[in-house]
Amino acid sequence: MSLIIEAVGKRFITKHKKTHTLEQINLEFKKGEFVCLLGPSGCGKSTLLNIIAGLEKASEGKVLLNGKEVKSAGPDRAVMFQESALFPWLRVIDNVEFGMKMAGVSREERREKALKYLKMVHLTKFQNSFVHELSGGMKQRVALARALTLDSEVLLMDEPFAALDSQTKNILQLELQRIWWETKKTIVFVTHNVEEAVILADRVIVMSANPGRVKKEFKIQLARPRQADSLDLTYVVADIMKALKKEVEKVAKAEYDSDWNIEKDTVLRDADHSVGIGI
Amino acid sequence: MLIIVWELVYKIGVEVLGIWKPYTFPSPFSVIQTLIGLIADNTLGIAIIASLKRIIVGYLISLIIGVVIGLTIVRFKYLDENFSALILGLQTLPSICWLPFAILWYGLNESAIIFVIAVGSTFAISIAIESGIKNVNPLYVRAAKTMGANGLKIYWNVIIPASLPSVVSGMKQGWSFAWRALMAGEMLSATKGLGQVLMVGRDLADISQVMAVMVVIIVLGLVVDKLVFGRAEISIRHRWGLDRT
Repeated sequence: MSLIIEAVGKRFITKHKKTHTLEQINLEFKKGEFVCLLGPSGCGKSTLLNIIAGLEKASEGKVLLNGKEVKSAGPDRAVMFQESALFPWLRVIDNVEFGMKMAGVSREERREKALKYLKMVHLTKFQNSFVHELSGGMKQRVALARALTLDSEVLLMDEPFAALDSQTKNILQLELQRIWWETKKTIVFVTHNVEEAVILADRVIVMSANPGRVKKEFKIQLARPRQADSLDLTYVVADIMKALKKEVEKVAKAEYDSDWNIEKDTVLRDADHSVGIGI
Repeated sequence: MLIIVWELVYKIGVEVLGIWKPYTFPSPFSVIQTLIGLIADNTLGIAIIASLKRIIVGYLISLIIGVVIGLTIVRFKYLDENFSALILGLQTLPSICWLPFAILWYGLNESAIIFVIAVGSTFAISIAIESGIKNVNPLYVRAAKTMGANGLKIYWNVIIPASLPSVVSGMKQGWSFAWRALMAGEMLSATKGLGQVLMVGRDLADISQVMAVMVVIIVLGLVVDKLVFGRAEISIRHRWGLDRT
């Protein structure tokens, strides 16, 4: 298996301005690798993921999966979105079976496999529930099970845990490591959370904004399973944070008024410059 | 309760104060009497069957045409840009305006009334289908694409079920438009049916009969709404989790 991104660029042209979202992205993903795309919001990391998924077209360059150019979306690249994108008119089990139904798998086989993956995410109890009866974390588990049933080599994840509370997020990060270990999938995971990227990835790719480029790559060589509270992890996080800070500032500067500065206001003080003198 | 208030208003208004003439305001008892009379000599039964036959045929035709128009408009952007306004306009036009055409084209018969009914609800249905499909969350379509669905499969497995809530309410609206068209058509040109019985009541200055037919129409409308659309809506709302308070 090989997933190669060759000189991909993306431009959005609207009436008012031309935006250069991605420029000259060259990346290669190895089989079974867990890669995080990390960057400030607006750096085009989700766009890049959508291009790999085939949901958006690149303005230039191409994406090659096993030597074949990616032209449209397909079941060989499963995708998980930030919102679960489960279908509210289907029960949980039917949602999980959806991809297999599209592929024309027989009913019994479908049911059996769906239950296997529902078991992997620990939700067999809820197989006959409707989607609205699940919590946010459970929905993402079902979405993960649904993505796994496609048996794709590549799993693309677009900030799947961003909308969850931090406890649920921690649990799911641990689970995802386990499932990745069990299924040996190649995972491309988009996030803006440095800690999350370090916990999950073998390789973190930091992207810069305006135009979106690959700024730096970090290899994370920490023992798994990784927990958010381990010390060596904090060290790596701080390292990557440094690289990211400039980018965040750049994006913020483009969005805020010109008098804003990230260095200013590191100390809180009031108008007569007393720094807590009366305490 | 409603009947007691009605009787009271009748007693005070007609008998005590004499504000209204007895032939302008019926008492509930005379209405019930007329109703029983109409049922007994089978006028009502025949009328209801005739009317229901017309409305069902007309409604089915409008359903088919409405779905076809709705789907075509969604599919072809050119049609959408140029004909959406026209369809909206046609929908606001009361369908009884089509009666002269209908009579010219089909003559004074069943087909004319069925035509008026079909025209009355077709556009409501096609507009509902169009907006239902346009309002489907694009995320569902994207997710389905990544799972290997394409073309017709997306329509059948994603777009249709996702647009069902608004399509059902459009069908319900279409049904009520169909009723209106039916009544108008029958009053003006039919030889049997509820509208015609109502008109006979008018011609004989029998206000009780007019009222009795009105009651029948209201009851029929309620029954169909509860049994057909009400059930569909409840099951959809339950699935989507919209019934939680």
